[in-house]
Amino acid sequence: MNASMGKSLTYIAPVLVFAVVATVWHFVVIWLRVPAIILPGPIAVMNALWLERLVLLKASWVTLQAAAVGLACSAVFGSLIAMLFSQSALIRVAMYPYVIFLQTVPIVAIAPLLIIWSGNNFRTIVLVATIISIFPVIANVTSGLLSINENLSELFRMQSATRWQMLTKLRIPAAIPQLVLGLRISSGLAVIGAIVAEFFVGNSGEYDGLGTIMTSRQANLKTAELIAALIACTCLGILLFASVNVLSATLLRRWTRRE
Amino acid sequence: MEPTVSAMAPTAKSQNPIIACTGIRLAFGTRAAKQTVLNDLSLVVGSGQIVSLLGPSGCGKSTLLRVVAGLIEPNAGEIVIDGEPVTKHMSRSSREKVSFVFQEPALLPWRTVWQNVMLPSQLRGVHSTQETRDFIEHLLGLVGFQKSDWRKFPSQLSGGMKMRASIARAMSTRPSILLLDEPFAALDDMLRSRLNDLLLTIAAEQSCTMLFVTHNISEAIYLSNAIAVMSQGRIAERMEVPFAFPREASFRSTAEFAAYYGQVVASLSRGQS
Repeated sequence: MNASMGKSLTYIAPVLVFAVVATVWHFVVIWLRVPAIILPGPIAVMNALWLERLVLLKASWVTLQAAAVGLACSAVFGSLIAMLFSQSALIRVAMYPYVIFLQTVPIVAIAPLLIIWSGNNFRTIVLVATIISIFPVIANVTSGLLSINENLSELFRMQSATRWQMLTKLRIPAAIPQLVLGLRISSGLAVIGAIVAEFFVGNSGEYDGLGTIMTSRQANLKTAELIAALIACTCLGILLFASVNVLSATLLRRWTRRE
Repeated sequence: MEPTVSAMAPTAKSQNPIIACTGIRLAFGTRAAKQTVLNDLSLVVGSGQIVSLLGPSGCGKSTLLRVVAGLIEPNAGEIVIDGEPVTKHMSRSSREKVSFVFQEPALLPWRTVWQNVMLPSQLRGVHSTQETRDFIEHLLGLVGFQKSDWRKFPSQLSGGMKMRASIARAMSTRPSILLLDEPFAALDDMLRSRLNDLLLTIAAEQSCTMLFVTHNISEAIYLSNAIAVMSQGRIAERMEVPFAFPREASFRSTAEFAAYYGQVVASLSRGQS
């Protein structure tokens, strides 16, 4: 197999797999006479996707905003918490169990509580997206701030550098690659958090994200539309992940630049 | 490209001690598993001298440098730098007399060469003065940087150029004492001997005292006024190097050099037995 053939295969092969799966799906639904409420055929799903395109785009935009703002909050507050942690071992020991709590709390279980406290609105969705996506940022940035090359910290100590100089001129820049790594993991989580929160907001008309659309389509047994919304969710996750990757490539140019 | 420099003589060969360590003791670890690193060590280095510390791995050479730098506090003993004892609370100006070159270049990867060399001045808040800028321009030229390379990042530099930048950074605060911890261990012989000459040039021009840790006997002889052979946490023998400066690169291949090399090897093996 030559190189150009190998390269085109990387595009053709997944498309082929998709075609095979869709064909099997199409005929299984027909042959087994599966009701459209349980599983509509791929054509029905594509059709629903096309008919609902404007609604889905609008909802995706709302959910994207919530997830992106949640991710930004995670980046900012997660980094601030990590900076606090980097200042003293006592703070780390005292606070770490509660940070673990953020990681282990079932988001499905606290979303209803947060809605009671904060209301059926955008702010609550952002809050849930932040809670679910903040842990990787805290964990990664803390380790980045603390794992400083011994020689570099000696260099700063020999210049009688202050704690503040040490933080701003050494620890923070050294932790940027770790922050970016954390954000990559968090980007997927933020989308999940936003959609799960939207499940609970309900379709009162105040707020319309992908999650609210999904609960309403499910209630009306519009399965094809539900699957269409699911596809939109996946695309949204990929979009946010890709944006973070572009951001990281730009940010990290200085750290890894080569000629 | 690695520029060449010719070796010059260190000036100011006065014998006033600028570093004086007396009775330094240092042990790491717990009471049960105590490991003595420095054991009643005493060393005097005269102003303007270059003294090399030779010895097997783990004999405490690097630790001694860190004690002199005030980075590690000894359990007992006294270090006096230019008449002032080294303590935690020593004045900033005294602390700033000493500078350190690490085994690895230890450059900040997100800063350019210029910004890296500027870092110590920046930490002291003197980076914006014209005098500092002029001096750093001069230093970068001295260590062999073209003006076009000032804006390069460390990842764009060769190992030798990184070490040159690291030396320029150490000199940027006009230290009277430069401590070097096996700075050229990772470089090939050719580059090593060029950087040896660069160090001699810098020592002469900035009249800087140097304490130089190395494993390389030939490098130690070529650079130093004296060689301190270390063994098990103390100075086993101090040998004055009897050759005058300036020393040329060809000096390394003379018969006297070879003979003296043999003496140092003998002293090293005496220290270990």
